[in-house]
Amino acid sequence: MKSAFVTVGTTSFEELIAAVTAPETLQVLRSLGYGRLVLQVGRGAAAPARFRTAAFTLEVFRFKESLAEELERADLVISHAGAGTCLETLEKGKPLLVVVNEKLMNNHQLELARQLYRDGHLFYCTCSTLLESLKSINLSTLKPFPPGQPEKFAAFLDRVIGFE
Amino acid sequence: MDALPAALGAAALLLLLLTVRLLLARRNSSPRTAPLSLLVVAGSGGHTTEILRLLSSLSQSYSPRHYIFADSDIMSEDKILTFEQKRAETFSNSQFTLNRIPRCREVRQSWSSSVLTTLYSILYSFPLTFRLKPDLILCNGPGTCVPVCISALLLEILALKKVIIVYVESICRVETLSLSGKILYYFSDYFIVQWPALKEKYPKSIYLGRIV
Repeated sequence: MKSAFVTVGTTSFEELIAAVTAPETLQVLRSLGYGRLVLQVGRGAAAPARFRTAAFTLEVFRFKESLAEELERADLVISHAGAGTCLETLEKGKPLLVVVNEKLMNNHQLELARQLYRDGHLFYCTCSTLLESLKSINLSTLKPFPPGQPEKFAAFLDRVIGFE
Repeated sequence: MDALPAALGAAALLLLLLTVRLLLARRNSSPRTAPLSLLVVAGSGGHTTEILRLLSSLSQSYSPRHYIFADSDIMSEDKILTFEQKRAETFSNSQFTLNRIPRCREVRQSWSSSVLTTLYSILYSFPLTFRLKPDLILCNGPGTCVPVCISALLLEILALKKVIIVYVESICRVETLSLSGKILYYFSDYFIVQWPALKEKYPKSIYLGRIV
């Protein structure tokens, strides 16, 4: 039984939570083989009620110290465009569908999502196209994401400071 | 409160700082000796994750690490503590402090009221920066880093301490700089971007590849 994890980060993204828990979305997830859906809802005012049936489990929480465990268990991650979550998810090699929050100031989050999408590392959509995306995406077409290189930053800093 | 005089005041202050910055120019400072005290400006969510990634590769010469974060921040403190506990397993002499200041700008706050809260943050961060007297400030874009860097420049103007400011633009920024980035492009000693398109637009910036 596959598991999907939805995360909104440190603030809230109620439109995403509403879109992903809409009856038709849950039905599509079930038809794709997902039997477990976990929601991290952040500060959102309305948190959907958890439920459990023989075929489907919905789990809900606001925050956890680390999302590593949830990401590890997930077969699909549906996330806001936050850099931390995107990078952590891609580094764990998990398929990622980013849902862009069009209401955020300047909407700069689009830049990273669009670039990583262009580079073939993730899928992206908006709340209104979530359902369509879930139906159409093929997770096996995603490209692996090479790790970042903080050691290059350390070497640069040592050099400019004079620690050689 | 009327935002316009405050905005004009802030613009005048930035102009003054910029003039001083240009007059002082970038001095070729002599090699520093370890240890080097570091002031790290953390921010909510992705910003903290990114800055901890940068810190993860630094040697034990970068100590102590003084962390500053906004008082409304929920997750940063936990992330920093987890990071430092792990680091202490590798380096026995690991030192750090945690410091809170009022938040400079909420995600949906307007720019004019941001100016007021930024001025308020400077009042808080100057005594803190003065007390900590860091050798180096490392920041990556949360609103909190602007008042902290302005405080450091004030220290420099008052000839109290020369602080190296290193700004690393968030990996989120592919084509445009953040508001903090646009300001600190002019006030940082080293301004690092993580996507080639930004390097082209901002010639003074440094591109080392993806470093987080």
